[in-house]
Amino acid sequence: MTTWLRDPTAETSALMRPRKSPPKSLDGLTVALMDIGKTRSDEFLNQVEARFNERGIKTRRYAKPTNTKVAPAEVVQNIATEADLVLIGLSD
Amino acid sequence: MEICYQRGWTDGLPVTPPTDERVLRMLRGTTRKPDEVIGRIPPFLAECTVEKAAINAVMAGCLPEYLPVVLAALEAALEPEFTLHGLLATTYFSGPIVIVNGPVARRIDMNCGINALGQGNRANATIGRALNLIVRNVGGGRPGEADRATLGAPSKYTLCFAEDESDPGWEPLSVARGFARGASTVTLFQGHGPEAFVDQKSRTAEALTRSLAMALNRIGHPKLVQNARAILVLSPEHYAIFRDAGWDRRRIESALYEATQRPGRELIAFADGVGEGIPASRAGEAVPKFYEGGLMIVRAGGPAGLFSAILPGWLAGRNRLELQPVTKEIRL
Repeated sequence: MTTWLRDPTAETSALMRPRKSPPKSLDGLTVALMDIGKTRSDEFLNQVEARFNERGIKTRRYAKPTNTKVAPAEVVQNIATEADLVLIGLSD
Repeated sequence: MEICYQRGWTDGLPVTPPTDERVLRMLRGTTRKPDEVIGRIPPFLAECTVEKAAINAVMAGCLPEYLPVVLAALEAALEPEFTLHGLLATTYFSGPIVIVNGPVARRIDMNCGINALGQGNRANATIGRALNLIVRNVGGGRPGEADRATLGAPSKYTLCFAEDESDPGWEPLSVARGFARGASTVTLFQGHGPEAFVDQKSRTAEALTRSLAMALNRIGHPKLVQNARAILVLSPEHYAIFRDAGWDRRRIESALYEATQRPGRELIAFADGVGEGIPASRAGEAVPKFYEGGLMIVRAGGPAGLFSAILPGWLAGRNRLELQPVTKEIRL
């Protein structure tokens, strides 16, 4: 006897896009520095930015208001259009 | 059953296979239409209908009469101030804790007494589980994927119980949160637990307050302050000490808020040789452990035992309002 089960999932699947390959060099590229809102993220990113800039690598700063909520779509879209790669400070 | 495991539909425990008959029977527990959309479930923001919730309620082991509670819990979880996505994704221990108030708790025979935070009651066990299964199955929130908890907690399977409203002198949580006495509600809190509190010798409200403050100050770490939230599950014997002193909910909560303030000099980073702590510039301040209003009291537990429980909240957020408990009235 066949037993049919109802599907408990959303019956959709997320679109998984392949990640971009890491660049061979950062020359001429813009690095997005994303502050996710954790304590002292800005201190960490300040240090990283100084190191990048010493090497002549362009940086742009982005932030989301708090780590407890997802990044606003506008911030994600700005990063995608204005930078070549992104560095995210994940820890406190 | 094995099909459910193979498809990744379970939380690790066996589930009831959601056959057509069982789902249809579950849907008789509500007057809401099966295709009504409750909301979008994080992390993938997939639409959840009443029917999808019912399927997951079947799998969790719910009876049809629990479905309105599950739906109200889901609605509460989807309010922006509950921050369900962040709660799922955090490295912290917490998950949704569900507290039920009002006549529905008695009607579906929820446990608010002996072993209220433990095993053995079907409604307690399955309502909280259904909510977590919905997040897993409809929202796609799975451990190791969007759920990044370092350790998690057993309470992420389910932590759901009712408040003991047997004392007419006690203001139930639902009333404290703005609902009429007699309304059936569900309150969701971002937390985990329980942590034990034992004091068998304090006999006055003042002494018990100081004692509880010592335990509450341990949440997360004794030197992590200012942004704590918690539920204090006050057992009947501990409650009796406050009641006999004439203290009500507000008095207990405000006394605990005051008693958990500590001198900044004890809390600064590297005080006592411990790196955790607040900036040295705050050494002269009296620093609270909790956000104002961050401590909620719920009465539950068996009649014997000078024990209470602390359900610590998610230590997150930049301000008091960023994440909050949410209470919803249960629609039948």
